Amino acid sequence: MWAVKYASVVLITLVTIAGIALPLSPSPQSWLEFPVIPGLEEKARNIFFHVPTAWTTVLAFLVSMYFGYRYLKTRDLEYDLKSVSSAGLGFLFCILATVSGAVWAKFNWGSFWNWDPRQTSILILLLIYGAYFALRSALEVAEKRAALSAVYAIVAGLTVPFFIFVMPRMMSGLHPGAQGDSSGSGPLFESGMMAANMRVLFYTSLLGFNLLYVWLLNLRLRIARIDAGLLDYTKGE
Amino acid sequence: MTLAVDNISKSFNRRSVLCNISFTVARGESIAVTGKNGSGKSTLLKVLAGLLTPSGGAVHYLVDGEKHQPEDIRTRIGFVSPYLQLYDEFSALENIELISRIRSARIASSDVCERLLASFDLWGRRDDLVRTYSSGMKQKLKYVVALVDDPDILMLDEPSANLDADGIQAVTAILDSAKKRVLVVATNDEREAARCGKRIHLGA
Amino acid sequence: MSAVTKTMAVVVKDVKSEIRTRYALNALVMFVVTAVAVILFALRGDTPSTVVLAGMFWVVVFFTGMSGLSRTFVSEEERGTSLTLQLVASPGVVYFGKLLFNVALTLTLILGVTGVYLVAFPGFVIQTPSIFFITLFLGSLGLASAATIIAAIVAKAGSRGTLYPVLSFPVVVVLLMTVMNATVKALDGDPLSSATVDFLVLISYVMVMTAGSYLLFDFVWKD
Repeated sequence: MWAVKYASVVLITLVTIAGIALPLSPSPQSWLEFPVIPGLEEKARNIFFHVPTAWTTVLAFLVSMYFGYRYLKTRDLEYDLKSVSSAGLGFLFCILATVSGAVWAKFNWGSFWNWDPRQTSILILLLIYGAYFALRSALEVAEKRAALSAVYAIVAGLTVPFFIFVMPRMMSGLHPGAQGDSSGSGPLFESGMMAANMRVLFYTSLLGFNLLYVWLLNLRLRIARIDAGLLDYTKGE
Repeated sequence: MTLAVDNISKSFNRRSVLCNISFTVARGESIAVTGKNGSGKSTLLKVLAGLLTPSGGAVHYLVDGEKHQPEDIRTRIGFVSPYLQLYDEFSALENIELISRIRSARIASSDVCERLLASFDLWGRRDDLVRTYSSGMKQKLKYVVALVDDPDILMLDEPSANLDADGIQAVTAILDSAKKRVLVVATNDEREAARCGKRIHLGA
Repeated sequence: MSAVTKTMAVVVKDVKSEIRTRYALNALVMFVVTAVAVILFALRGDTPSTVVLAGMFWVVVFFTGMSGLSRTFVSEEERGTSLTLQLVASPGVVYFGKLLFNVALTLTLILGVTGVYLVAFPGFVIQTPSIFFITLFLGSLGLASAATIIAAIVAKAGSRGTLYPVLSFPVVVVLLMTVMNATVKALDGDPLSSATVDFLVLISYVMVMTAGSYLLFDFVWKD
C-alpha cells in the first residue's frame, strides 16, 4: 500500500504543478506548452482536477454498490465496512466535483448553477449519498444497517443509467457533448480539442486520483475495523 | 417430517446471541427451549421458522428424506409468539379468514374454525374487532390462527402468557397431544418444559 | 394461480384495513387540499404557465404520496403484524400485494389531485387527454414501484417520517422530470406522438424499479 500512497502523492503533485504552471500558447511549439482552447483559455486547466474528482465519485459509488451486493450475498460485515468506507470517500469526492464544477461554471457560463444535465446528475448523486448516510444513522443493528443501506444503494444505482442516457436528451445542457452543442460528440477529452500533452497530463491526473482513492479507502477501512473492534491498532499492520 | 438444526449461530451488532446450536426433532416429538430472559429463546424460534436468517449454520426440515428450507414450508408452520400480532382492525373470524387466504389461498372450513374458537372460548366474540380483546383473548386467538390450517410444525413462544386457567388447560392439551406434529416450545415454566420429550437449555 | 390469489388476498386485506382505519386516505386528502390552497394563496389570482402548473401538479402528488405511501409497511411494523405476514406469505406475494395496493392508492390520489386542479386552476386545461391519462397511469406505476421498496426500507428504520422523502427524492427525480415533461405536452395540446420518448422512459423506469425491488425485497423484509 505504501507504493500506492507515494505514487498518488507524487502524481497529483506533478499534475498540480504542471497543470497550473505550464504556459498557454496559441500555436504550441514545444511539448511543454498547452494550446489555447477557444472559450476556455486559462480555465481549461480545471479539467485536470474537476473531471478526475467526478470520475472518482462515480467509481466510489460503483465500488460501494458492489460491496453492498457482496454483503447481501454473504452476510459478512467486512463487505459492509468496505461499502461504507467507499461511500464516505465518494461523498467527499462528490462535494469536490460539485464545488470545482460550480466554480468553473461561474467563470465559463456566468453562474454557479445552471441546471445543466450533468450538474443535476451530480447533485442527485450528492443527495443519494446524503440519503444513504441518513439511512445508516437511523439504523442501530449493524446487520440490518448493512443490508438496508446496501439495498438502498442498489435501488438508487438503478436510476443512474437514466441520468446518463436519458436526462441529457430531455434537457438542454452546457457541458461539452450535451444536446445542442455545435462542436458535437463526446466530452472535451474525447473530442479532438485536447492536445496530446494535455491528454497525457489528464490521464496522469486520473491515475493519481484513482490511486489516492485506493489509498484513502485502505486508510478508512483500517479505521472502520478499529472502530468495530476487529483490529488491534496497537499492533499496526 | 423432521426438524434438523445444524450448528446455527446468530449475532446482532457482532454480539453473539445464539452459538453453535444443534438438535433434531422428529414428528411426534417435542422439544422445550429454556433459558433466562435474553438468552435467545425467541431468536431461536424465529430462526427455526425462517423469520430470521442465521449468521452461521443451517435449519432444514426433512420430508421423506428431502431437505427443505424453512421458507419453503412456511405454510405448514403454526407459530404463537408475542412478536406475531394479529390485525386489530379486523374481527376474529376476519383475521382467521384473511390469514389462511394469504397462507394457503383458501379459506379454512367453518367447522374447524368453530371447533377451535369454541375450544378457546372465543366463539361468542367471533365477530368483535380484535382491538376490543383483552391480552389473554388475543393470545387464544393466536392459537386458533396457528392451528386452523392444521400445521405439521407448531412453535410456541411463552405458550401460556396472559392465559386464564381454562386457556392453560387447552394449551396443556395441545402440548400433550402433539403426536402428529413437530413441537417446539420456548418457556420458563418448569411444568410446561417437563411435558416435552426433549430439552435444550440456552445460555451458560 | 395460487400465488395470484394470495397476492390479491394481501391487497384485499390492505384495502379493507384502509377503509376501516383511514390511516393513509385522510392524511392524503387533507394534504392535497392544504397544498393546493397554499399554492392558490401564493399565486394571488395570477395565471401560471403550463410549465409551472405541470410542475406544481407533480410536486403536490410527490409530497402527498410521501405522506401516505409508506403506511403500507410502517403500519405492519408498528402493530407487530409484519412477522405474522412474513410467516404466512412469501416475500414475492407480500411485495406485489403491497405494490398493487400502492398503485391503487397512487392512482386514486393522482385522479383526486387532477379533479382539484381542474376546479382550482382555470389554466389547467387538458388539451391532449391521451398523453395526460397515459402519463398519469405510468406515473402512478412508477411512483408506487419506487415508493414501495423505499417504504419497506424506511419501515425498518427509526425516524421514519423524515427519512421517507429524503430517501425517495433522489430515486424518483428522473420519474418526476419525465412526467412533468409529458404533462406540459398534454396541457399545451401537443400530439400524442410527441410524448413517445417520455412514455418509453416511464415504461423502462417502471420495469427496472419493479424487477430490482422484487429481487431485493427479501433482504429488506427478512431480518
